[in-house]
Amino acid sequence: MQPFTTLDGLVVPLDRRDVDTDAIMPKQFMKSIRRTGFGQNLFDSWRYLDEGVPGADCSNRPLNPEFSLNQPRYQGAQILLCRDNFGCGSSREHAVWGIEEFGFRVLLGTSFADIFFNNCLKNGVLPIRLAPEVIDSLFVQVEQTPGLRLQVDLPQQQVRCGEQQWRFDIDGHRKHCLIEGLDDIDLTLARTDEIERYEQQRQRRTPWLFEPVEGL
Amino acid sequence: MAEAKTLFQKLWDSHRVVDLDDGEALVYIDRHLVNEVTSPQAFEGLGRRGRKPWRVDAVLAAADHNVPTLMRSQGISDQLALVQVRALASNCQALGITHYGMDDARQGILHVIAPELGITQPGMTIACGDSHTSTHGAFGALAFGIGTSDIEHLLASQCLRMRPLKTLRITVSGTLGKGVSSKDLALGIIARLGASGGAGHAIEFAGDTIESLSMEARMTLCNMSIEAGARVGLVGVDQTTIDYLQGRVAVPSGDAWEQAQAYWREFVSDEGARFDRELAISAESIQPIVTWGTSPDMSCTIDGRVPLPEDIEPTRRDSYTQALFYMDLCPGMAISDIRLDKVFIGSCTNARIEDLRIAASVVKGQRVASSIRQALVVPGSGMVKAQAEAEGLDRIFVDAGFEWREPGCSMCLGMNEDRLLPGERCASTSNRNFEGRQGAGGRSHLVSPAMAAAAAIAGHFVDVRTC
Ligand code: SF4
Repeated sequence: MQPFTTLDGLVVPLDRRDVDTDAIMPKQFMKSIRRTGFGQNLFDSWRYLDEGVPGADCSNRPLNPEFSLNQPRYQGAQILLCRDNFGCGSSREHAVWGIEEFGFRVLLGTSFADIFFNNCLKNGVLPIRLAPEVIDSLFVQVEQTPGLRLQVDLPQQQVRCGEQQWRFDIDGHRKHCLIEGLDDIDLTLARTDEIERYEQQRQRRTPWLFEPVEGL
Repeated sequence: MAEAKTLFQKLWDSHRVVDLDDGEALVYIDRHLVNEVTSPQAFEGLGRRGRKPWRVDAVLAAADHNVPTLMRSQGISDQLALVQVRALASNCQALGITHYGMDDARQGILHVIAPELGITQPGMTIACGDSHTSTHGAFGALAFGIGTSDIEHLLASQCLRMRPLKTLRITVSGTLGKGVSSKDLALGIIARLGASGGAGHAIEFAGDTIESLSMEARMTLCNMSIEAGARVGLVGVDQTTIDYLQGRVAVPSGDAWEQAQAYWREFVSDEGARFDRELAISAESIQPIVTWGTSPDMSCTIDGRVPLPEDIEPTRRDSYTQALFYMDLCPGMAISDIRLDKVFIGSCTNARIEDLRIAASVVKGQRVASSIRQALVVPGSGMVKAQAEAEGLDRIFVDAGFEWREPGCSMCLGMNEDRLLPGERCASTSNRNFEGRQGAGGRSHLVSPAMAAAAAIAGHFVDVRTC
């Protein structure tokens, strides 16, 4: 996982609530068995005017000029400003792989769906929850100020914009993993003794769960 | 006296391996269900880092999302889908994981087959790379969806790192009216809570209405918890749960059955247990529901109309306008005037035997309207299909003009050939009406199996209570 400490990045707004993972990464592109190649199909049905074909090159497809990500002023944005309940729906991590590959490192919104939030943190993408008034004001500012940039400081847990600054919450373990770029499987496997001890106890309590089943 | 605990708390406490810093814990997972779409990268990651699966006997795999529902003997023509389905088979074979391929009689949607085989049991933790894993909570199990990184984590360690959820108890009392199902109840609850109202919570469904529901109906309810933002739905164990389980393949028998049963019965919320939130709903207030928008909380009753802008909270008007534009509906239009192109009866929400029986009872002796281009019935599993055929339900559907297909996710998400074409409008028993969910440009209206069946006959939505 790519480590994350601080970022000074351009912001692009996506002014819709309940953006679901089907919209972020439509199912036809989930037929890949790889972890890469998803960036070009991020928000496919909003971004392009034609219908996307999995595996095909997207460089010559007609873009929807209305869609914020396509507008010249937002090119190169690394921060996506979003609304409530972003990432709802399916558990597909492909949505986050697409977001990351497209170049986003930070998502700013009022709320994120649980599974999606977790998936982001496992891929070096930082989802930040801020109060609805702050998000509202950022939507206004990004609209009015071409080239608006924000500074995101994970160690300090702060988002800054000029004179303004806001603190955000993040769980200590997740913060540590993001800063160090750590994969938490190793950390869990360091607990092998405890897992084995639990498993033996579980096996005594519910032995039928550990016995082979005829006919399965 | 011991402290009164919620069902969630009991499940959590009995699976906590170790408490970590920050309120997280390492939680042991009893069963891991694996599909072809979200697992390949997890298997690849496991292999690349030289890790071994912790416990393969806890894993069950089946291809459900991508498989064709027609002409299976000819294999999969979609080359990309074929690669995924083959990758699942070969990963499972290499590691010794039980896997039901497309030609296995037990193949089907994971959330349908695990309960019917008795793999899903009370008091368990169950995870799967699919958000509708919440379905299994109907058995008093802690079951939830995970992403691909967590699939890899779980394969490697049999554990997940997580923090406890908050608890929300929804108490439903009274009797559901004739023609009103647990799908309507689920949609009604989602409309009340909103699409993110249950976020961060495990929802426990309780009350005399829930106690009187069958396991199938409870599964529908827990399945839809995720559409209210809750990763987990729960129903306490009772005699209905025990009766459903008895005699299923993976359920123990003899002395072990007695031992298991006694253990399972502990998985109920204790009298006096405290929940973080509570909501009470009267079953009589629930009517057949149809969604009109692009989020499952955008719905109204069958006798209602598409809302007017002034009925919508100002902060939600933008999404309302976008939804009506996408759905090509006018404000104030009667729900019963919505004309349909396709009807889909299927998915992990509503493709169990009881759902098919209900739909067949509505369809019996009638014909699908000539304006309907396609009406599909896709059983949730091979076992559901065989049972339905033994009862003659397939004939009822086929005689009425429905297509009777092989099991899989099918038009719930349109990853295989079964999908909506741009602009097509569908009455669907599935769980998501998102833009493009059933096919790019397609328009989905979520309903119960009875309402979908009635709509197929009429060509537009009708109140199944008056059919
Ligand atoms: S039937 Fe639909 S919701 Fe259920 S697992 Fe399949 S795709 Fe997901």
